[in-house]
Amino acid sequence: MTFLSYFISGLSLGSIYAIIALGYTMVYGIAKMLNFAHGDVIMVGSYICFFAVSRWNLPPVVGVLLAMILCTVLGVTIERLAYKPLRSAPSLSVLITAIGISYFLQNAAQLLWTSNPKVFPSVVGDGSVKFFDGRLSISVITIVTIATCVVIMVALTWFTSKTRMGKAMRACSEDKGAAQLMGISVNHTISVTFAIGSALAAIAGVLLSSAYPTLMPTTGSMPGIKAFTSAVFGGIGSIPGAMLGGILLGIIEIFSKGYISTQLSDAIVFAVLIVILLVKPTGLLGKQITEKV
Amino acid sequence: MSSYKRPEIKLVPVPSTNIIPERDIDKLPVLEARNLGIDFGGLIAVDDFNMAIGRTEIAGLIGPNGAGKTTVFNLLTKVYQPTRGTILLDGYDTHNMTTVQVNKAGIARTFQNIRLFSNLSVEDNVKLGMHNQITYGMWSGIFRLPTYWKKEKQAHERAMELLSIFDLQDLANKQAGSLPYGAQRKLEIVRALATNPSLLLLDEPAAGMNPSETSELMDNIVKVRDLFQIAIMLIEHDMNLVMGICEGICVLNFGKVIAKGTPSQIQNNPKVIEAYLGKRKEG
Amino acid sequence: MKRIGKRLRSNLVIYGLVVVTYVVLQMVMGSGHISSSLQGQLVPICVYVVMAVSLNLTIGVLGELSLGHAGFMSVGAFTGVVACIALEGIISLGAVRMAVSMLIGAACAALAGVLIGIPVLRLSGDYLAIVTLAFGEIIKNIINCLYVGIDHRGLRISFLTSAAALELAEGGRVIIDGPMGISGIKKLSTFTMGFALILITLFIVLNLIYSRSGRAIMALRDNRIAAESVGIPATKYKMMAFVTSAALAGAAGTLYALNYSTVTAAKFNFNTSILILVFVVLGGLGNILGSIIAATVLTILPEMLRQFNDYRMLVYAVVLILVMLATNNDDFKGLLYQIRGKILARNGTKGKEGAVNE
Repeated sequence: MTFLSYFISGLSLGSIYAIIALGYTMVYGIAKMLNFAHGDVIMVGSYICFFAVSRWNLPPVVGVLLAMILCTVLGVTIERLAYKPLRSAPSLSVLITAIGISYFLQNAAQLLWTSNPKVFPSVVGDGSVKFFDGRLSISVITIVTIATCVVIMVALTWFTSKTRMGKAMRACSEDKGAAQLMGISVNHTISVTFAIGSALAAIAGVLLSSAYPTLMPTTGSMPGIKAFTSAVFGGIGSIPGAMLGGILLGIIEIFSKGYISTQLSDAIVFAVLIVILLVKPTGLLGKQITEKV
Repeated sequence: MSSYKRPEIKLVPVPSTNIIPERDIDKLPVLEARNLGIDFGGLIAVDDFNMAIGRTEIAGLIGPNGAGKTTVFNLLTKVYQPTRGTILLDGYDTHNMTTVQVNKAGIARTFQNIRLFSNLSVEDNVKLGMHNQITYGMWSGIFRLPTYWKKEKQAHERAMELLSIFDLQDLANKQAGSLPYGAQRKLEIVRALATNPSLLLLDEPAAGMNPSETSELMDNIVKVRDLFQIAIMLIEHDMNLVMGICEGICVLNFGKVIAKGTPSQIQNNPKVIEAYLGKRKEG
Repeated sequence: MKRIGKRLRSNLVIYGLVVVTYVVLQMVMGSGHISSSLQGQLVPICVYVVMAVSLNLTIGVLGELSLGHAGFMSVGAFTGVVACIALEGIISLGAVRMAVSMLIGAACAALAGVLIGIPVLRLSGDYLAIVTLAFGEIIKNIINCLYVGIDHRGLRISFLTSAAALELAEGGRVIIDGPMGISGIKKLSTFTMGFALILITLFIVLNLIYSRSGRAIMALRDNRIAAESVGIPATKYKMMAFVTSAALAGAAGTLYALNYSTVTAAKFNFNTSILILVFVVLGGLGNILGSIIAATVLTILPEMLRQFNDYRMLVYAVVLILVMLATNNDDFKGLLYQIRGKILARNGTKGKEGAVNE
């Protein structure tokens, strides 16, 4: 029974990683950059929802929506101001800029909201559902998290395969130049990608903070790094890959916490990343990219 | 510092299918490609490529855009590992060798889109070509042991000597990336020569050059061959250059060799004319 | 030969500046005109200078972003201190014991560099960056679970348990106590030791850069495919730069740890890696003198501007972004050139000469 209970918590944590990883993977697929600040957008989303619900007493749904809207604005603004001017710059410079943004968000949050941990309100709902005569209890948050993840996955798959914008995104990730010649506005498409990624980050932030209700300016960085790990694990640029990688990583993390050591769980998660990159440098579902000579 | 060890000798005496210049006729060809091929996914990029190059031959590889010419160079230098076939360099099979090992074994190349070490000086670019020619270890470098001074002096002198062949000696201290286009192309050739190759592969050396620069380049290519007694294979779209200096020409279309021969044979080959100009409609 | 002369001159400027600063500071200290807070900063400044210069070897010279530099510092710090305590009875002279400890710290960090480099250096770009980050975290995690003690039987090591599991004999001493780290360190680091380490670092890094190996490393940065085509083995030279960088960071770690009475693994976290990255980026990628100046100024400034301390990291972040925009965006560059052009025009002929020399 402990196994099943670990498995379900792993699935839940993995769903959160998967939602964050989607943001990384979509941006990487199109802009070919590692948006290091993505994890901190999650943190901002959590704070917005926290203030909306516990300070301004708005209904949770409004809080989540507000977080999504503001994060979208934030994501698009970051892209416009910091990443767009560096479109043709070497990836080292873009990555350093992204680290700068990440640091900026963390420290701005620290100044605005102090580093004292805040207790995140129950946005999703308390309580738990019991199975097997109460031997297995699954919290509502866990169920909602997994369900949200499934909904997002289905919606995104539909979006990228059926809509005009989704097709434009796929075109841009294949070949930006050719997409531009076909009349697709690459800049606009990249902005939309950042918008979607950031809105997802807000949702992930709310779910994450509901499951682990201590909110700090650094809340987003570790899940962000792990979600990036998931994206690489699944094959960066691939949407199903991000889902698969996120869920696998969540399960690995919870199992290593449960069966090996809590202290070493992060080390184990990162060791998995390294092993994966060595065995299959493009991740589980990634495509081989070769440099043209 | 382990130096590259040559693999077991695998001499495969195959009567060459090429026209090798008379002066090379009794010697082992410097390079022989046999049934060479590579697939990318399901796409056959190069197939059944056979060619031999004489020790001091200037050979041309021509063909329409997308025929797979650069892919052949990438196969020979092991940027891509071939899917099929054998490459014999001086009679040694280069199977499983890396780009670095192939270079040490004697193939040097230039690139279609110039690839210089653009933040380093012209002289340093040439010295990097001599990386495996004039060697000393990391510690000799850090502690500035006598070896360092001796070898650096040697490298400097040799670099200036090579640069002067292409009249670049005055630019030695300039940053490579700041050179004009023509000089960058020349520098790339000098850098390749510095690796002391037995076969030099030039990928569109005259691209972007005006007629007078091209004729200077033609003189220089012949001069390099005469001076170093090496084989040169070049990919080029400028037919004046190809027909002017190449002794043997290989024509590639859709990844396959469609014709081989001397310039005059190639010029009159109906298959070649068809590949370049398209087929004349019957009737 | 003219070029070598130019290099020699710029190297001499670097050495000269470091030596002059040291001598001036010693004189000021001798006369007692130095604030205690600045005096306390001297060893950390040396540590950060060495860290920045060594990281610059990876980022600026090799051209690969490492986000786990603090991890090597951590390895050097812990192994160095353990060595220092273990050698207490063997080498009595503090300075010698410290030098040996630094060597051991550097060697262990180099070993970690090799172990990490084997998998990591097969990757490049963003992947390499994220994996070095992961390794930094792994090192932190592992040291947090590590218990090391010493008794008459020698060093005793236990993993993932507790200090009690070391089963130390009578008179034994716990050195590393898991997440509590090392406490009760005898302070051995001095400004002079730090100065010596800076000189050694400069000697190694500058001489490496301007040698055959250094050229090969820079060639890999500029164009890996071309480098391989002229017979330069990529992995070997990437490894050389990476391991040298790790070893120097290890020595700096020992110097750092022996300057405080306690040291924990949490000290060498991602933030420390980023702090050093800021020094390197601000000083200019590949610019050794820049790294030295940036590390020094950015270590002293926060002390002097204590009232702005809250904003320090925020300002660092903005600076990081602006420097990247300024060096990579053409519009931004054009703007800077215009401003520079105006200044040069105002300065007249003197300015023009400067422009030609460049």
